[in-house]
Amino acid sequence: MNLLNLLVQGVLLGGYYASLACGLSLMFGVMRIINLAHGDLAILAAFLTFVISDYFDVSPFLALIAVLPIMAAVGWVLQRTILERSLRSGMLVPLLSTFGLSIALQNLMFAQFGADTRNLDVGDLSFSSFDLGGGVIIPQLGLLIFGVALALLGGLSMFLKHTSLGRAIRATAQDPDTAELVGINARAVYAIAAAIAVTTVALAGALLAMRANFDPYSGPMQLIFAFEAVVIGGIGSLWGTLAGGIVLGLTQTCGAQIDPRWFLLSGHLVFLAILGARLVLEWSRARGGLGALLGSRR
Amino acid sequence: MSLLAIDRLDARYGLLQAVRKVTFAMEPGEIVALVGANGAGKSTLLRAIAGAHPLAGGRIAFDGEDVSQTRAYTRVARGIALVPEGRRLFPEMTVEENLQVAMRVGRRGYWTFETVFQLFPFLRERRRAIASNLSGGERQAAAIGRALMTNPRLVLLDEVSLGLAPVAIEGLYRNMKALQQGGATLLLVEQELTRAMSVATRVMCMLEGRIVLDRPAGDVTRQQVIDAYFGLRRAGGHA
Repeated sequence: MNLLNLLVQGVLLGGYYASLACGLSLMFGVMRIINLAHGDLAILAAFLTFVISDYFDVSPFLALIAVLPIMAAVGWVLQRTILERSLRSGMLVPLLSTFGLSIALQNLMFAQFGADTRNLDVGDLSFSSFDLGGGVIIPQLGLLIFGVALALLGGLSMFLKHTSLGRAIRATAQDPDTAELVGINARAVYAIAAAIAVTTVALAGALLAMRANFDPYSGPMQLIFAFEAVVIGGIGSLWGTLAGGIVLGLTQTCGAQIDPRWFLLSGHLVFLAILGARLVLEWSRARGGLGALLGSRR
Repeated sequence: MSLLAIDRLDARYGLLQAVRKVTFAMEPGEIVALVGANGAGKSTLLRAIAGAHPLAGGRIAFDGEDVSQTRAYTRVARGIALVPEGRRLFPEMTVEENLQVAMRVGRRGYWTFETVFQLFPFLRERRRAIASNLSGGERQAAAIGRALMTNPRLVLLDEVSLGLAPVAIEGLYRNMKALQQGGATLLLVEQELTRAMSVATRVMCMLEGRIVLDRPAGDVTRQQVIDAYFGLRRAGGHA
């Protein structure tokens, strides 16, 4: 396998991670909630898409159109019933409540769908690819997923920057008390942000189910990927999340090239290395910069 | 009918009672200067009127309607705007975005980008600047501009000149009259007594959570206000 192709595959995988991480980034950025049920919501959306597609015998893409508003409603209800109440009790409680939600979702899905692995049948799209020559092969589904991720992050970015509702969301994220003082209903804005976040999660879940197998317990691994992408890219920045997803995808693909067992491990190692580097940088900045620190050694 | 009617208002911070049985009314077009020592309860009173601090008792009527139990954002929609202590601009947004956010409430009227920039011409040049990069005076002007964008009928201005350069304060007070002519009623908290008395139509003084002086500005001397400020002598309630 040549290097260029390796990089292409890594970037495309990174697109999927970015689409997955988008909702996590938004929820953390706006509500300061780390939603530990993030991955399970993606799997829930995958199952919903599967069931609708299967029952009505329609394409998964068509089924997804029905699933997105359902998941938006799930996000809204989640915020109003669980997250809003948890937030009032400090930082720790939302972690606990979303962890509980995660376990409950996994077991509910297990009870309903059993332990079988499934995937969404997108026909030829799963196998078709563009051969660019020189050993570079671009899978069509991978390209589609990358395109969706770009559109999602770009669209969300534009929405937050240039629309009235987007500005209200940013204002509320920065200072909810003051937002109320200029006429914004902060609770409603939070619920809308949660609805948007869970909609993006649903989209990512369906993409996952098109490119790989899933089962009721696949959620936590997706949460970890999303979390790593968000942290690598820098918390609170959507374009950073895309960069983080690509770094993670590249590392995993390259790691797997060395040894297939290194696929996951290499991603985790890069995540840890970046966290460590940030700590060192911050520590040194507080002491007058890395250069000054190295110079003062002797 | 009074624009604002406050009746036996109580507000607390835990066990500390910051505002005690405060009663007063404001008529449209008034400029009331609220003075008092630190901790007298001025800011808490303003925040309670705006809906940012819960009431422990009493009621607030705005334009004849009881708003005591409503949330802050609905009071903005009715026409109450608070310029909070510390300015509290949205730090990562530009000046323009800070103003735009306040337009969402949908109260149209005299105040637009154009009229706010006429009031504070230096803001026009700084409209693309990120709020956290503004100077103290610019920040103050942007916060007032943001409140005005909701086209309020009652403006609550906390610590008007705190942290501002004398030149900026001068400009701000010149603009108070313009605000009033724009149709607003003002309640301002001010430490600088001379300035407050020069612009206000009425002076109120708070001491330990109570209003201890409430008189038309033309009917009260600086010394009387100072006495009330320090609680040296009860200066009598209404004139």
